[in-house]
Amino acid sequence: MSQPTLVIGSVNWFKYASPQAFYPLAGAMIPWFAWVAAACAITGLYVGLFVAPTDHQQGESYRIIFIHVAAAWMSMFIYLVMAFWSGVGLVFHTRLSHMMASALAPTGALFTFIALWTGSLWGKPTWGTWWAWDARLTSELILLFLYFGFMALQAAIDEPRRADRAGAVLALVGVVNVPIIYFSVKWWNTLHQGASVSLTSAPTMAATMLTGMMLMALAAWMYSIAAALHRVRSIILERERGADWVAQIAGTGRP
Amino acid sequence: MNWASWSDFFSMGGYATYVWGSYGVATGLIVVEIILLRSRRRTALDQLGRSGMGGRP
Repeated sequence: MSQPTLVIGSVNWFKYASPQAFYPLAGAMIPWFAWVAAACAITGLYVGLFVAPTDHQQGESYRIIFIHVAAAWMSMFIYLVMAFWSGVGLVFHTRLSHMMASALAPTGALFTFIALWTGSLWGKPTWGTWWAWDARLTSELILLFLYFGFMALQAAIDEPRRADRAGAVLALVGVVNVPIIYFSVKWWNTLHQGASVSLTSAPTMAATMLTGMMLMALAAWMYSIAAALHRVRSIILERERGADWVAQIAGTGRP
Repeated sequence: MNWASWSDFFSMGGYATYVWGSYGVATGLIVVEIILLRSRRRTALDQLGRSGMGGRP
């Protein structure tokens, strides 16, 4: 099969679609993303817990926002990226795309769970209930099940290519849930409040609160990239173990 | 600065359970993920090593 090419700025980007070329590149990028994630998280926590003022309505309970919003955004975004790589894998038959989708799923599930957990702990003092079958909460719970379904489906199929395709189809079908989550607070009357930050209007919160939230969101992004790259390297080693270059890694230790 | 003392900080205006329950579980789960990521890599490398230096499984 001839390799497709995509040349932008004299770099053939499809070169990095080969696991052999991507493995060392990913390895070199992980520490950078990890350190930026740590720096953003430390500053974000400092701003969120020490600098940002007390909310005049919710008191200190609002400080859950710094975890909750970052995790909720990440849970949706990782799903979109996972569906994107699944689609690329189905169209171009690139093994690495499917591996990337598999590498993203556990981190996506983690952030979805954190969003639900912190939402529940925030809902109790503000709404008086841990949980409600409201559109936002229910669609976010479905997102968690989509991640679990994707992982379970891939784990249940022994033949990697079939597992990749089945997972990819599930990921693409489930992507319809993401806009439902995002717009649920507009489309239905929900217990959950509307967006505090949007592209079209000024944020409805103090500047320092917003800064803390953005720093935590950035930390979640950087962490997710580092985690997914780390996991995809393990997946490459697991799946490509028949290849000569992988066998060499085993011989020489850790490049 | 919002806090008169550390105990004031830890009590979170009476919302300590909710706030620290959120931060604690989130941090704990991320630490668990990092441990799992590392152990998966170690397992993958160990299995390669066991299949022989440069040999195919």
